[in-house]
Amino acid sequence: MSALHDETTVVAAERVSAIEGRLTRIGRSMATAMIPVIGAFVIGGLLLAVLGRNPFSFYGNVIHHGLIGSLGRQETLIRMAPLLLIAAGLMIAFPAGIWNLGTDGQYVMGGVIVADLGPELAPHFSGFVLFTTLFVVGFAVAAIWSLIPAILKAWYGINEIISTLMLTFIGLRFSAFLVKEYFYDRETTVPQTRVLAVADRLPRMFSSRVHIGLVVGFVAVIAVHFMMRNTAFGLRLRIVGMNPKAAIHAGMNMKALTLAIFTLSAGFAGLAAAVNIAGVDGVVRAEWNPAVGLLVVPLVFLARFHAASVIAFIAAFAVFQVGGESASRKADIPNFMVLFMVGLLLVFMALGEYMQLRSSRKH
Amino acid sequence: MNGLFSEVFISSLVSGGVIAGIPLIYAGLGEAISERAGVLNVGLEGMMLGGAYGGFVGALHFHSTWFGLLSGGLTGMIISLFMVVLCVRLNSNQIVVGIAITLGAEGVTALLHGAIYADTYPRVPVVHPYAIPFLSNIPIIGPGFFNHHISAYLAVVVVFFVSWVLKSTGIGLSIKAAGDQPHALEAAGGGVHRIRTISVLSTGLLAGLGGSFIVLVGAGLFVPFITNGKGFLAIVLAMLVRGRVRWLIVAGVLFGMSLSLTTALQLAGIDVPIDLVLMLPFVLIIVVLFAFGRRSYLPAALALPYDREQR
Repeated sequence: MSALHDETTVVAAERVSAIEGRLTRIGRSMATAMIPVIGAFVIGGLLLAVLGRNPFSFYGNVIHHGLIGSLGRQETLIRMAPLLLIAAGLMIAFPAGIWNLGTDGQYVMGGVIVADLGPELAPHFSGFVLFTTLFVVGFAVAAIWSLIPAILKAWYGINEIISTLMLTFIGLRFSAFLVKEYFYDRETTVPQTRVLAVADRLPRMFSSRVHIGLVVGFVAVIAVHFMMRNTAFGLRLRIVGMNPKAAIHAGMNMKALTLAIFTLSAGFAGLAAAVNIAGVDGVVRAEWNPAVGLLVVPLVFLARFHAASVIAFIAAFAVFQVGGESASRKADIPNFMVLFMVGLLLVFMALGEYMQLRSSRKH
Repeated sequence: MNGLFSEVFISSLVSGGVIAGIPLIYAGLGEAISERAGVLNVGLEGMMLGGAYGGFVGALHFHSTWFGLLSGGLTGMIISLFMVVLCVRLNSNQIVVGIAITLGAEGVTALLHGAIYADTYPRVPVVHPYAIPFLSNIPIIGPGFFNHHISAYLAVVVVFFVSWVLKSTGIGLSIKAAGDQPHALEAAGGGVHRIRTISVLSTGLLAGLGGSFIVLVGAGLFVPFITNGKGFLAIVLAMLVRGRVRWLIVAGVLFGMSLSLTTALQLAGIDVPIDLVLMLPFVLIIVVLFAFGRRSYLPAALALPYDREQR
C-alpha cells in the first residue's frame, strides 16, 4: 500500500518537474522574444525624442488607450480577430518554407467579394447560414487568388516572394476597380459597396462590441498549431519546409502540397477579411487597404509559430495599433509609429537569432 | 487630335517613361550587383524610399538638385549598412531583414515627413533639362528621350560602367564568384564578406540615387510611400536581365512607360478605368516572369549566408 503510495508520489513529482522544465523553457523563449520588443521600444522612443515628443507620455497613451480604457480594450479585441486569422495562415506557410508575402492582396480580394455579397444575401438568409456562407466565400476567393503564385511556383519554379508581393499591388487595384465599376452603392457619393446592416452582423459577446470573430481567430490559431505539430499532414508540410529534396525523395507530391499550402494560407487571410466585414466594417471602400499582412509576418516569426506566443504577440500588436492611433493624435504626429516599430522589431529579431546561434555554438 | 497614336500621347508616354524608368534602372542595377554577389535584397524598396527622403531633405537644405542626389545616395548607403551588418556579417535571413528595412523605412520617412513638413509641403528646386543636340530634334520621340536632367543620362553611363566592371575587371569576377562559388572565392583568398559588403553598399547607393531621382526630378516633392512598389519592380527587372545589366536600360524604360501610362492616356483624352491602368506594370511583371523567368539565371548561392566555419 505504502509502496504504491510512494510510486504515485514519484510519478507526480516527475510530472511536476516535467511541467517546471516546460515552464522554464517557455519562460526562456519568452525572454529571448522580449529582447527585440524592448529594443524596438527604446529606438522608437529615441525617434520620438528626436521629433521633440515625449516618449514616456506617448507609450503611456498607447497603454492607456489600447489596454486600460474599456472602449480601447474592446477595439483591441475587435482588431485581434482578423490579425489572428492572418497569423494562422502564415503559421502554415512559413514552416512549410513558402514565403506568402501577399496576404494583403488576398485579404482585400476576399473582402471585396464578401462585402458585395453580404447585403445581397442578408435579406434571404438568417444568421448562421449567412455567416457560414460569407466565411466560406471569403476563404475560397482568397484561396483562388493565391492559385496564381501557387501554380507559378509549383509548375514553373517562379519565386513566390516576388509574385505574392506583386499580386498584392494587383489585388489592391483590382478590388478598387471592382468597387468603382460593379459593386458600388448608387446612393453614396464615395465609391463603396453597400453596407451590411448592423442587425445582420456577427453576434456580439459579453454585452460589448466584441463579436464572435475573436473566437474564430483563437480557434484557427490553436487548430493550426496542433495541425502543424500533431498531424501527419502538418509533419509533411514541415518536412517540405526543412528539406524539399528529402520531401521529394520521400515520395511526397510537391505540386499538390504547394497548392495546399498556398490556398490554406491565403484562405485564412480571406477569412480574416470576411470576419472583419461581417463583424465590424460592413462595407468596403474603393481605396481600401488595411496593409496589416506584412506587419503580422515578424510577429509570427518572433512567436516561432507557437499558438500561445502568436496570441500574445498579436494582442500586444493590437494594443499598440489601437493605442498608437490615439497617442499619435495627441503627439501630433502621423500614425506610422507601428510601422517603424515593426521594422525595428524585425531588425532586433535578426540580431537575437545571431546571438542565440553564437551562444549555442560556444556550449 | 486625340487617340493612341496622337503626338501628345506618344511624346508624353516616352518622356514619362524615361522619368519613371530611370529610378528602376538605378535601383535595378543595384539589385543586379547584389544578386550577382549572392545577396537577395528585398529591402530595395526601403532603400529607395530612404534615398527619396534623404534626397528631398538634402535638396531643400542645400538648394541644389545635385546635393540632393548625393545625400539621397548616401542615405540609401547608410540604410544598406543594416543589410551588411545583419545579412553579410551576422548571416541573418536576407528576406526577413529585407522586409524589416522596407517596413522600417516606410515608417520612419512617413513619421519624419509628417512631423517636419506636413504643414508646409515644400517643393525641391526646379530641375533644368539638358537637350542633347540633334537627337532631341527628332520629331515626336526626340524630346521625350533626349531632353532630361543630366542625372537621367548618368544612369545610362553608370549601367555601362557596371557592365564593364562585372565583365572585365577582377572585382567583377570576385562579385560573380561570391554569388556562385563563395567557397572557391574564399579559397583563392578573395574574402566573400568583403566583396558582398562592397556589393550591398553599392546597391544602397544606387537605390538611394533612384529614390531621390523620383523626388528631385520626377515629382518635385516628397510624399509618404512615394516609391509605391518601384523597388519591388526593380528586383524583378534585375532577376530578368540575368546578369546582362545593359538590358536594364530597355527594361527600365519599358516598365517606366507602363507606369506613366495613366498620365499619357489622360493627356490624350482616352477614358479607361484608372485602376486597371495602374495595375498594368505589376500584371506585366507577372507575365514577363512567366514568359522569361523560368529560364532566369540566378546565382547558386543567392540568399544563402556565407559562413566560414561551415562547408
